[in-house]
Amino acid sequence: MKNVHGALLGAAALLLSTPSLAQTALTIATVNNGDMIRMQGLTSDFTSKNPDITVKWVTLEENVLRQRVTTDIATKGGQFDVLTIGTYEVPIWAKKNWLVPLDKLGADYDVADLLPRIKDAVSVSGKLYAAPFYGESSMTMYRTDLFQKAGLTMPENPSWDFVISAAKKLTDKEAGVYGICLRGKAGWGENMAFLTAMANSYGARWFDEKWVPQFDKPEWKKTLATYVDLMKEAGPPGASSNGFNENLALFNAGKCAMWIDATVAASFVTNPKDSTVADKVGFALAPNAGLGKNANWLWAWNLAIPAGSKKVEAAEKFIAWATGKDYAKLVASKEGWANVPPGTRTSLYQNPDYLKVAPFAKLTLASIDAADPNKPTVQPVPYVGVQYAAIPEFQGIGTSVGQQFSAALSGSTSVDAALSAAQASTEREMKRAGYIK
Amino acid sequence: MARMATSRHVAVSTIAAWLVGFLIFFPILWMVLASFKTELDAFAIPPKFLFFHWTTENYAAVQERSDYVHHALNSIIVAGGSTLIALLIAIPAAWSMAFSPTKRTKDVLLWMLSTKMMPPVGVLVPIYLIYRDFGLLDTLTGLVFILCLGNLPIVIWMLFTYFKEIPKDILEAARMDGATISRELVYVLTPMAVPGLASTLLLNLILAWNEAFWTLNLSTLQAAPLTVFIASYSSPEGLFWAKLSAASTLAIAPILVLGWFSQRQLVRGLTFGAVK
Repeated sequence: MKNVHGALLGAAALLLSTPSLAQTALTIATVNNGDMIRMQGLTSDFTSKNPDITVKWVTLEENVLRQRVTTDIATKGGQFDVLTIGTYEVPIWAKKNWLVPLDKLGADYDVADLLPRIKDAVSVSGKLYAAPFYGESSMTMYRTDLFQKAGLTMPENPSWDFVISAAKKLTDKEAGVYGICLRGKAGWGENMAFLTAMANSYGARWFDEKWVPQFDKPEWKKTLATYVDLMKEAGPPGASSNGFNENLALFNAGKCAMWIDATVAASFVTNPKDSTVADKVGFALAPNAGLGKNANWLWAWNLAIPAGSKKVEAAEKFIAWATGKDYAKLVASKEGWANVPPGTRTSLYQNPDYLKVAPFAKLTLASIDAADPNKPTVQPVPYVGVQYAAIPEFQGIGTSVGQQFSAALSGSTSVDAALSAAQASTEREMKRAGYIK
Repeated sequence: MARMATSRHVAVSTIAAWLVGFLIFFPILWMVLASFKTELDAFAIPPKFLFFHWTTENYAAVQERSDYVHHALNSIIVAGGSTLIALLIAIPAAWSMAFSPTKRTKDVLLWMLSTKMMPPVGVLVPIYLIYRDFGLLDTLTGLVFILCLGNLPIVIWMLFTYFKEIPKDILEAARMDGATISRELVYVLTPMAVPGLASTLLLNLILAWNEAFWTLNLSTLQAAPLTVFIASYSSPEGLFWAKLSAASTLAIAPILVLGWFSQRQLVRGLTFGAVK
């Protein structure tokens, strides 16, 4: 009994003698992908430099996170201090005054080092509203061995005509090798990300300058008909349910001769731990139709501070740490240059150590540079965004159109029927939202 | 000859039952198998069934990254708490409607059920605002409350159906012997309705355990149950199937064990009154 009393007294004395630090606890909402998980693992570097700040992570699947964070920010719920949001949300939320402008990230943050396209995508009226953590575009990944065997040479800037003919030539259905793997799963961030980028290269656009939907125009018909025909002839079976992960698995298993998708996939397909074709992959720009636009998109995951947050100062410190120049060095020192989050800073693409381990770096940079969110397609558009239109209604409209196009791919509807259904549903939604009468 | 035909019939139906059982169980089995694969094997085409490199690295990774015990405890508190409170409210409600019905009882029952017909996302923002103002966001109390409310119509309906099967005369006899309402409820009605109560309890527990919409939207860290734990392993851009399977296996393990041990009660309760 005496011992228990002694222990209790000792514990109390210890508690009283501990200096009371005013701790600021940051709650950070983020998505589950390799770079973000790595950042969580490196949090101790930040907290050791900022002993008055503790960090708690809420990791969620992308769509769950989007819904969760949107509800919280719209109702000023105050559950999160730092948000991970995409380039789609940044301009919309900034215009609603939901985000704190990031103009106090410190003197050594070097905003000028951010890649211009990415910086544009997260700025509104010249002010930064989110700091890019990693950025991506899309490009063509192809099997060098299969191309060599077929006597084909992939140009650095291929045309759709070349890609289509190569895909048909390389398809060997009996051996289970398909000429091309493309996204087919319905969703504004799934098949519509790819198809909108492809449509841009064919000169199509979502809306004209007066916000009138354009699915009844020949450019969209050309895009969708080309895509459906190509996938029927040279795509894998059941492509209408394939998204990024499914295509990644197919490509890594050696089932695809070509795959046009996110530049971030380059590090996955060249990693021998994950890929059976790691040493047989080449890279090229996303295809073009000779109209001056390639079929590549632009995306970045960014860190932002919700307006009304009571911990802005601590949140700014964290964002400056996670997206600053030193973070790349920190990752490189612990996990190697190949694992540094790509696509945000010019300095990374000038770093010889990084260029040595990332053979795809030059093309990633070229792809990002080629995607202009302010002028995404051949004709003028009233919206910002390459593979999306940054308006709140787009998530719903994009997914609904994506379902029509996925149905056209699976054969349950025709290309013409899918386009007229897309036109009708988009027109209805745009009228309801007051963009058109 | 007749005996042979009967035994053949039994054998065929047994095999058919096992086959159907296996088909129903297959997704869970596949998930458990995937949790022991490397990420590359989990995505292999054609899929690898048993002949792959078995590993427990996913469980180790999940343990390292997440606090499973914290989430599991939250799930137990939220599912258990909401079920018990729902039963406490539903037993008297179902009792009064089963034994003293009025001409509006059916309407009341239908009205209760109608609240389940609205998609929950329709009331997300008002509920979120109420929770924000009452400080219930990311609290176990808040989750217990919302899940209790959500499942109450089903609990009342189930109990009402069971109570209706109990002869009124027994309750009247108890009253003749001088039993008060509370004694009648506790000592006469409840013991007779044990199978029904048990299956209602179990079903509600499973529904509350699996509930993902409210638990994902109203909790952040402190009150986050296993649904949040699973959601943190799903990713549209990256191969996380094996880790996701490991997280899901860990998340369903407690409720699977509970269901396994109580399946007799569950089946008895669900078929209670089906055959007269």
